[in-house]
Amino acid sequence: MTLLRVQNLSVSIGGTDILHDVDLSVTAGQITAITGESGSGKSMTALACMGLLPKGARAAGTIDLAGTDILQTSERQLNDIRGNDIGMVFQEPMTALNPVQTIGTQVAETIRIHTDAPRTEAKTRAADMLRKVGLDVSPDRYPHEVSGGQRQRVVIAMAIALRPELLIADEPTTALDVTTQARILDLLKGLVAEFGMGMILITHDLAVVSDIADQIAVMQHGRVVEAGATDTLMRRMQHSYTRSLFAASSHVPAIRQPYASHTQTIPHGAAAPKQGLAVENVTKKYNLSRKTLLGPRPTFAALKNVSLTISSGERVGLVGESGCGKSTLTRAILGLEDVQAGSITLDGAPVVSNRRADLTQRRKMQVVFQDPYGSFNPRHTVARLVSEPFYLLEDKPKNPADRIAQALTDVGLSPSDGDKYIHEFSGGQRQRIAIARALITDPQLVIFDEAVSALDVSVRAQVLDLIADISARRSLSYLFISHDLSVVRAITDRVLVMKGGQIVEDGATEDVYRNPSHPYTQTLLAAAPQLPEFIEV
Amino acid sequence: MKLGFSIGAALSLTFVTLAALSFVWTPSDIETLDIANKLQTPSADHLLGTDHFGRDILSMIMMGARTSIAVAVVAVGIGMAVGIPLGLWAAARSGSLLDEVIMRGNDLVFAFPSLVIAILITAVFGPSAVNAIIAIGIFNIPVFARLARGAALPLWERDFILAARVCGKSSARISAEHILPNIMNLMIVQGTIQFSLGILAEAALSYIGLGAQPPTASWGRMLADAQTLTAIAPHTALIPGGTIVLMVLGLNLLGDGLRDRLDPRIRVDRT
Amino acid sequence: MIRYTLRRLISLLLSLLAASIIIFAVIEVIPGDPAAFMLGVNAREDTLAALRDQMGLNDPLPIRYLAWVGGLLTGDLGTSWTYKTPVADLVSDRIWVSLPLALYALTLSTLIAFPAGIIAAARRGGPADLGIMGATQLGVAIPNFWFAMILVLIFAINLRWFSAGGFAGWDDPLAALKSLTLPAIALALPQAAILARVMRSSLLDMLGEDFIRTARAKGLSRRQALWRHALRNALIPVLTIIGLQFSFLLAGGIIIEQVFFLPGLGRLIFQAISARDLIVVESVVMLLVFTVIIVNFAVDLAYAAVDPRLRRRA
Repeated sequence: MTLLRVQNLSVSIGGTDILHDVDLSVTAGQITAITGESGSGKSMTALACMGLLPKGARAAGTIDLAGTDILQTSERQLNDIRGNDIGMVFQEPMTALNPVQTIGTQVAETIRIHTDAPRTEAKTRAADMLRKVGLDVSPDRYPHEVSGGQRQRVVIAMAIALRPELLIADEPTTALDVTTQARILDLLKGLVAEFGMGMILITHDLAVVSDIADQIAVMQHGRVVEAGATDTLMRRMQHSYTRSLFAASSHVPAIRQPYASHTQTIPHGAAAPKQGLAVENVTKKYNLSRKTLLGPRPTFAALKNVSLTISSGERVGLVGESGCGKSTLTRAILGLEDVQAGSITLDGAPVVSNRRADLTQRRKMQVVFQDPYGSFNPRHTVARLVSEPFYLLEDKPKNPADRIAQALTDVGLSPSDGDKYIHEFSGGQRQRIAIARALITDPQLVIFDEAVSALDVSVRAQVLDLIADISARRSLSYLFISHDLSVVRAITDRVLVMKGGQIVEDGATEDVYRNPSHPYTQTLLAAAPQLPEFIEV
Repeated sequence: MKLGFSIGAALSLTFVTLAALSFVWTPSDIETLDIANKLQTPSADHLLGTDHFGRDILSMIMMGARTSIAVAVVAVGIGMAVGIPLGLWAAARSGSLLDEVIMRGNDLVFAFPSLVIAILITAVFGPSAVNAIIAIGIFNIPVFARLARGAALPLWERDFILAARVCGKSSARISAEHILPNIMNLMIVQGTIQFSLGILAEAALSYIGLGAQPPTASWGRMLADAQTLTAIAPHTALIPGGTIVLMVLGLNLLGDGLRDRLDPRIRVDRT
Repeated sequence: MIRYTLRRLISLLLSLLAASIIIFAVIEVIPGDPAAFMLGVNAREDTLAALRDQMGLNDPLPIRYLAWVGGLLTGDLGTSWTYKTPVADLVSDRIWVSLPLALYALTLSTLIAFPAGIIAAARRGGPADLGIMGATQLGVAIPNFWFAMILVLIFAINLRWFSAGGFAGWDDPLAALKSLTLPAIALALPQAAILARVMRSSLLDMLGEDFIRTARAKGLSRRQALWRHALRNALIPVLTIIGLQFSFLLAGGIIIEQVFFLPGLGRLIFQAISARDLIVVESVVMLLVFTVIIVNFAVDLAYAAVDPRLRRRA
């Protein structure tokens, strides 16, 4: 039974066309996934179905929900439909809840505005709903007292409290860790089956799509370029964009031959290697605020006895979920944060001496960050941004302009880009500029901290190719940190798995992925959604 | 909003010009009293009339603009010169004892409204325009310190600051090279707001006799003189008051317009 | 919550301590010999000695400071040199003009600003918003003491609805309130303009938050989302401003008292300044600062009532 039928939906805002002739249908009890890269119009389609288009947007076409055309419905009637017939789940669980109301009250509100249920009954029903979505905390908690995954469950409970016919989930798991993502997706899938709801799942992640969607619509530039049943579509992709999207998702850059194996950890207490990075038994604790007024300050150990090595020329991956200590480790290695115990040495000399970072050591390391927007001072030219590491050099280069031009050329940009400002570049170009900045002083170790995580798949594939290409051309070792297991697999020789401030597994990448030995690694790999085998890699 | 900016700029420029002009020329000399022509309503001889000593009100307004602008500019200067570095310093050492001391110090100054500071200073040193400058200036320090710290803190979380630290730059250098240029727009906009508040505060202090003393002309003093005359010569009160309103309105419109031009996202503190 | 309150309380005590040291230093240390300063150059030696003795100037500074603070704690604010009466008595007569005036003005300011700010935010860009914003733009530019003079000109001199000044005393509360009405309006309107602007921009910020979109997705109308979800969150910055405004109103009241010839703390302090009666100045300034700090403490507690995130965090 078709629940929702979108026909010829076009939306424009201020004269700019956002959606063109979008067609879409959702069947009760099924999941329709809308996928595509950022700016493809996925979210706008969802908002149109909710009747929540931004002010000034003009829409044409029909959105037929069980006989009602959403586009022709008055605002007053839409308020009755939203929350009652259609529920919606958003991407950011951290900001989607009102911080000053308890979670129970917020779920009960959905019930109270659409039914005559008295306050106490609404509360009881809200508590039932929270249990139903697998939340085992008291409904009297405030949003800041529960985790991101739990908040997303609260948002889901709010959306399904009245068993709507249609649930729209806009990137519901993008902000979550892979294990949490797996549980939330299971929950959504179960709810769709149990309630017989139709669901629109918006996601950029093709592996997620292939895992749980019954129908797929692929969007590009505001149009649906291809749509159909998941299995059929993935086996016979008609449109070139669909093919390129899937190809980019499973892209494996051509990295040079694996580095001569360094697959075992150095035993504790063994001498640090003369070449490369050695982190030995490092512990880092943070003070928390006191629980009682005069009691001792509790501490949180972000790193517990962490040891690892990266030999020169080696390409190492580091995988772990949020809060596992990845960022603290990165900062400690870069000498930006001192540690309470253990040592971090590069070529046998410590990176931090006398609580100050050693410049000669720091020269050998650089970093590329995740956020292509926050990594650059918006007020400096690209040439100035790229040449910032020159500050580390004792002998400033005599011809900095040539070095800058060379660095930009090396990452596939043109020397004239040096005169521009960062806002003139796209996300992928910015990550190229970040790589140019990292490489301009020829460091021997580069840390890629989630460096491709914020990029769309096709851009991500290009940046991964660039990293592979650079590491083939110079003797560069890197530490590639990511929450995305497939990316790490494609670009590293050896992988470390981190959990709760400890490295729980360390081994050659392929070995770890094929035969994970630690239970946590096994959980991680099992939770990660994967594209089906039949898709050409 | 474009219109607001133009009106604000025009008004502000007019008063600055009047103040500058007063150094070389005023319609008549305000130090000569002309009791015979006292409390005249506006006429061709005296465009804005005369006060209770027969002095030309337009000339007084021009001289008063000088005092107002001088006091407000210096007070804002003190606030920025001390407050911004303190705020940047606190942000660079966020969470440390130093940060705590600077911020608690700011809170403490907020407990002393500029009027109270002026009272304290006057009680010991006697009234003068310099008092007004110091009192308003001191009160401006925490305004800029808080704002600078508040704007700098999220910047310190940004990756470009980490990148600069990876390049071995000290926090002082990072504050100067990366943080300050990115908060300067906000400081300029707040500067215009504090400037207008400074004009209001100077007028109030002079009105109650804690600010500029005779023979220095001041809008606030003109109002104090006019107070008992409002019934018989309302123009002596309406004109200086209206002048203050126009000047402050102009500066506020200018500030709002600047904010919209420089960066529509930034927030200013209007208190 | 208890932890939070305790922390704020400690911070309050530290602020009071620091403020008292500053005031003591300015009044009693900077002038060198405060007694000589108060009496001027032509003072007779025995009068000087008497005053020195009364002020305890022969004691070392720390003892003098402790004696002063000890007096403040027990309600002994010293004895005025000019009035020859205890400062506490002088103050208690006058505080019942100044404090009610500030509270009256704060109430008016809030009562005007909340609806104005909410209406402007709810009808953003509409004629009501433009009108309110235009009025507040003018409101923030008007000096309150000049506004007071205009009010006197219109309502006291021309219309004769109110008396032009003076205070009727609290024996007749209605008459007392009436004599405080014009001064309170003069104080309140410019502050209401500021508060309305803060209210509006804070609400607009909140209306742009994700949780408002969530609320709309539940089926709440724009207006319901504003009242049920945006307003309480928007109050947090508004509370800060209300706290700050109280100190402005208290200080501003001192000026307005001059316009309306009200027998409040303002009159007392100006007479004390011209008579160089440092004993009165010192204690009255401390009292003003004390009130401001206490109000800020109350605002901090109000934050915690509004924002559950503060109750747990320190």
